[in-house]
Amino acid sequence: MKLSRAPLAEGGDGRETAARGDPFVKARGIYTVMMRLPKFEYRVPREIKDAARMMADAGPQGQFVAGGTDLYPNMKRRQQTPKTVISVGRIAELNRIEGDGESGVRIGAGVSLTDLCEHPVVNRDYPMVAAAARTISTPVLRNMGTVGGNLLLDTRCNYYDQNYEWRKGVNFCMKKDGDVCWVAPRSSKCWAVQSADLVPLMVALGARVRLVSTVGEREVTAEGLYNDDGIDYLHKRPDELLADIRLPPLNGWRAVYRKLRRRDAFDFPVLGVAVRLDMGEDGTVKAAKLILGGIAPAPLAVREAEAALVGARLDPERIAAAAEACYVKARPLDNTDFIMNWRKQMARIYVTRALEALRDD
Amino acid sequence: MPERTKQKTHIEFTLNGEAVEVAFAPHKTLLEVLREDLNLMGTKHGCELGECGTCAVLVNGRSALSCLVLGLEAEGRSVETVEGMASPAGLHPLQETFADTGAAQCGYCTPGFLLVAKELLAANPRPTREEIKEALCGNLCRCTGYIKIYEAVELAAARMRGEELELPREAVYGLD
Repeated sequence: MKLSRAPLAEGGDGRETAARGDPFVKARGIYTVMMRLPKFEYRVPREIKDAARMMADAGPQGQFVAGGTDLYPNMKRRQQTPKTVISVGRIAELNRIEGDGESGVRIGAGVSLTDLCEHPVVNRDYPMVAAAARTISTPVLRNMGTVGGNLLLDTRCNYYDQNYEWRKGVNFCMKKDGDVCWVAPRSSKCWAVQSADLVPLMVALGARVRLVSTVGEREVTAEGLYNDDGIDYLHKRPDELLADIRLPPLNGWRAVYRKLRRRDAFDFPVLGVAVRLDMGEDGTVKAAKLILGGIAPAPLAVREAEAALVGARLDPERIAAAAEACYVKARPLDNTDFIMNWRKQMARIYVTRALEALRDD
Repeated sequence: MPERTKQKTHIEFTLNGEAVEVAFAPHKTLLEVLREDLNLMGTKHGCELGECGTCAVLVNGRSALSCLVLGLEAEGRSVETVEGMASPAGLHPLQETFADTGAAQCGYCTPGFLLVAKELLAANPRPTREEIKEALCGNLCRCTGYIKIYEAVELAAARMRGEELELPREAVYGLD
């Protein structure tokens, strides 16, 4: 294999940008054997209020980082190019888990996924949360990645999660540097996929998140955090810091998360099914939440399936009706691993399995 | 002259048990700092995106992918690379058993496997095969497979507990 010699830098100002050509080779004049991070300013606050102030100072070019397992690959591929990166990794207040199943649990956004998986109270009272977190990525990446980072994971797409040269080769897509969606070229909307495992589960559980900025703080439901657009995928202003997530007290509900991926060892979900059922004394379903992840730009609540489950015991006919409703509602596009028709068919099977896991008998 | 930031940052941290100081461009990853500024080539540069695990190091005893950690984040912390595994007394038991069982073929993935396995054995001296598989699932070997690697970890775990483990004869090269 012959390595191509990159052109020498021509006395530029060093602030290479995507618009001015290949950002990897331009400033270096060496063989392009490594994808490196672009230059940025790095700040490390110790308090939430300092983080909020630094972000206000940085303006639209600022970006929070926690574990870096989503942001840094994206920066290496020039999908995200912040000028100021503010690390929340050393803010002690973000690194706590408080409460229990009776009071509800508050999980700091900076808690690592490993610590979430191993936390005794979470395992005892919210085993479905620990189990879902264990399906995220690998042990090494869970040491680095955080709860907050998973909830705010950038949407993913086969035409977006590629290096700069690849994306340039297709003349870019509308999510970064281009103006067309290669999955649906006549669409005015970006269809990059919500691909985090905790997201559908937190929405199904009715968790709430606290957002902090210099303007103040507010609490919103997890459901209210997500927007069905691959580019503008959060109802969160960029200057708002996700501080923590609150799980509701245990009072008779049960929940489960099931995930479809190619390799069980290590992959993003191409379908996630999260269900919460509130059961009455007589064993009938009083309320149901059924959320599909990994198939659309936002977690998808399937109201028809929820309606099919409420008011009766969880029997095979109800489960089949709910699974059918999810099959109809799931409309994945051809922008992740696996062919889309098969992913659509799997919705029926994974919803059935998730609901079977919640049956008593 | 256009404005240009050329400043290097200067940090101190503990590397393989020794205090080190190093100066580097502040946007460099720990992988780049280890290989390019400290000339420690044991930590390998693989996928660069957190998918392959060969650049794994231990930061304060916990595994992390050095390609996704800023060098700045090492400040005040303790970093261990594969160069720190052997001691004057000899190789680490994991290094010995990787050699004994033929668990390395081209060897490019080996440093990452060794450090993640070391982290596993520090927390769990008697892991089951399933626990070893789970712990190592983020480290990819493209040469041959994982059986010999699992066997090497099992053998090292036994030796570190002061036991000897009988491996399938076909798994062991050159022990006689």
